[in-house]
Amino acid sequence: MRRIISVLMENESGALSRVVGLFSQRGYNIDTLTVAPTDDESLSRLTLTTTGDSRMAEQIVKQLHKLIDTLKVNDLTQGSFVERELMLIKITASNGDSRAEIMRCIEIFRGNIVDVTAATFTIQLLGDSDKLDAFLGAVKHIGSIEVVRSGVLGIARGDKFLRQ
Amino acid sequence: MEKLSGGEIIVSALRDAGIQYIWGYPGGAALHIYDALFRQEAVHHLLVRHEQAAVHAADGFSRATGMVGTALVTSGPGATNAITGIATAYMDSIPLVVISGQVPLHKIGQDAFQETDMIGVSRPIVKHSFLVTRTEDIAAAIAKAYYIASTGRPGPVVVDIPKDITDPSYKIPYAWPGVINMRSYQPAEKGHRGQIKRAVKKLVEARKPIIYSGGGVIIDNASDHLTKLVRELNYPITSTLMGLGAFPGTDPLFLGMLGMHGTYEANAAMHEADVILAVGARFDDRVTNELEKFCPDATIIHVDIDPTSVSKNIDAHIPIVGGCSTVLREMLSLVKKSNRDNNCDTSSWWKKINQWRDRYGIYTAPRHAASSGHLIKPQDVIRVLYDVTNGDAFVTSDVGQHQMFAAQYYLFDKPRQWINSGGLGTMGFGLPAAMGVQLAFPEADVACVTGEGSIQMCIQELSTCTQHRLPIKIINLNNSALGMVRQWQDMNYSGRYAESLYEDSLPDFVALAEAYGHVGMRVQRINELGPMMEKCFSLKDRVVFMDILVDPEEHVYPMQVPGGSMRDLWLNKNEKS
Repeated sequence: MRRIISVLMENESGALSRVVGLFSQRGYNIDTLTVAPTDDESLSRLTLTTTGDSRMAEQIVKQLHKLIDTLKVNDLTQGSFVERELMLIKITASNGDSRAEIMRCIEIFRGNIVDVTAATFTIQLLGDSDKLDAFLGAVKHIGSIEVVRSGVLGIARGDKFLRQ
Repeated sequence: MEKLSGGEIIVSALRDAGIQYIWGYPGGAALHIYDALFRQEAVHHLLVRHEQAAVHAADGFSRATGMVGTALVTSGPGATNAITGIATAYMDSIPLVVISGQVPLHKIGQDAFQETDMIGVSRPIVKHSFLVTRTEDIAAAIAKAYYIASTGRPGPVVVDIPKDITDPSYKIPYAWPGVINMRSYQPAEKGHRGQIKRAVKKLVEARKPIIYSGGGVIIDNASDHLTKLVRELNYPITSTLMGLGAFPGTDPLFLGMLGMHGTYEANAAMHEADVILAVGARFDDRVTNELEKFCPDATIIHVDIDPTSVSKNIDAHIPIVGGCSTVLREMLSLVKKSNRDNNCDTSSWWKKINQWRDRYGIYTAPRHAASSGHLIKPQDVIRVLYDVTNGDAFVTSDVGQHQMFAAQYYLFDKPRQWINSGGLGTMGFGLPAAMGVQLAFPEADVACVTGEGSIQMCIQELSTCTQHRLPIKIINLNNSALGMVRQWQDMNYSGRYAESLYEDSLPDFVALAEAYGHVGMRVQRINELGPMMEKCFSLKDRVVFMDILVDPEEHVYPMQVPGGSMRDLWLNKNEKS
């Protein structure tokens, strides 16, 4: 099962490498990983997605928490949550038909064109990972593409804060 | 406030952390620190012959005393040589602080002379690490290192210090930080009360209970609480390799070690138990054998300070995250309050256990052939060692058959008496670890039980023993082969001894010991063993190297059958349980 795990940790050199090292050391996969400082600059918030059964997920959460720099760890997929991923896609489209088809897809998926040339579009799309995948499925036959994805961000729904 | 250089701050911080002894080896990047050491008296440095030994010696010191061990090495090869020692301590949760010199900050990343990314190289085998980048941060980093190393589940901490921040010309005010508070690190000591109550209820209702105790009990100084609890319950107890001595080995409630080379009675009792109290143990693969066949009827209560150890290999029915000491104390008081008279009949369980002991136990009858003439059985060497030292010596070991024989036949009555590399299985650990023990206990008998394979992995430390007058006793079970490798080759590879025999290449260990200024003895007949062992331990001020030629054909038994349950054991070369 896919897991989205949030980690709040000290914004110190080496902290990220310990997280990444933990995953390779223990044989867990990281599918996506995003990290940036929070409103409190001394802390970093990291979101990672991985796949594993409940035993593995429990171990991952415990192992992450065991890292000395870690303040809080939460497996978002245990509750309800909001997930977002940003994607930028450059796609070739030089004739009228393909340009029109891309425009339609962008409208359906509520994307934005952020750059344009006579031969290409650069598109920005926001959503959960499934939506981004679906958009790629819809447009990739039109032209050759280049894709960059931010990795998943997540936050729990409701009143709960990761840091109380 | 006094103004100190970075090097002086390191030494002052060590002093203020209560560190009296450090083991190490100088080199370019650490020279400012060494100069600061030279100019003071509070912290004594012991020079080793290889950085691996510095870390093992600090580790042995820590295991024997419970205090944090400290090693100091230089950058590059000094740091990488320390790695095996750090990994050894990490696997056995031993509190160490390893200070490594680093190239100056502006040279980091330039492939400078003797540069190694110590933080990167050591990352998977440390509890935590610090790369200190300002002189102003040194004291706090060292204070945090000792705090982190010694609290929660202990472990080694690396402090990597670039040379320029220890520059003697840059001086700043120094103050010892004292109490450490880290928002991201707050280890839980106390177990959950409700869980402890549930556990005790289950425990007192058990019909076929067993206590399975591990190294965590020793690390947390919980032996007294464990012993009282077990005696109060009158339940059988077994121990991991790392836990030996936490409960007296000579007590009739003790079933011996469990696991791969554990006793039949301990393994069978685990397999048939209805309730297992695992405390300070981690269900290691050398204990459980095949996980799927592990203890099918047991309700498992698991007490451990480290949540990641709980339900990692075996699901715990009643997990209790907390220090062994506080949890066992609480359990004991609840057990005393419980009304057990009606529902605590374990007499038929004990009857069964005693039948196993009579039938297969290595303590109820000799299960190996007798020594005679030139045939010296390694088990008998350990028995003689036990008798000569009145069961009172510190015993360190290396890794292999001799380690298992020592674990089986030296009945440790006290915690911290048995010192070996259980988790990593580091050959070469025994001799330097013994130096650390002897330093802490100058009057004690310290025996390093080893083999001719392991001893050669750190043999250069015989010179360190000379320099620092550490009169350890080396009990070398010499079978001219890597005994455990050979045993596996006998059992699994039709006796094809791939690279496990020394043929006639071994040194003359007696002459070698003498070359280092020590006493060498060779024992070739069983009737010489007792008198020479007596003589060895009567030489209080000398290192004695006893080279004992033991039966090369001997195997360690019992031995779990691979892929089986805990109680599926080879009892000797021909017989399975």
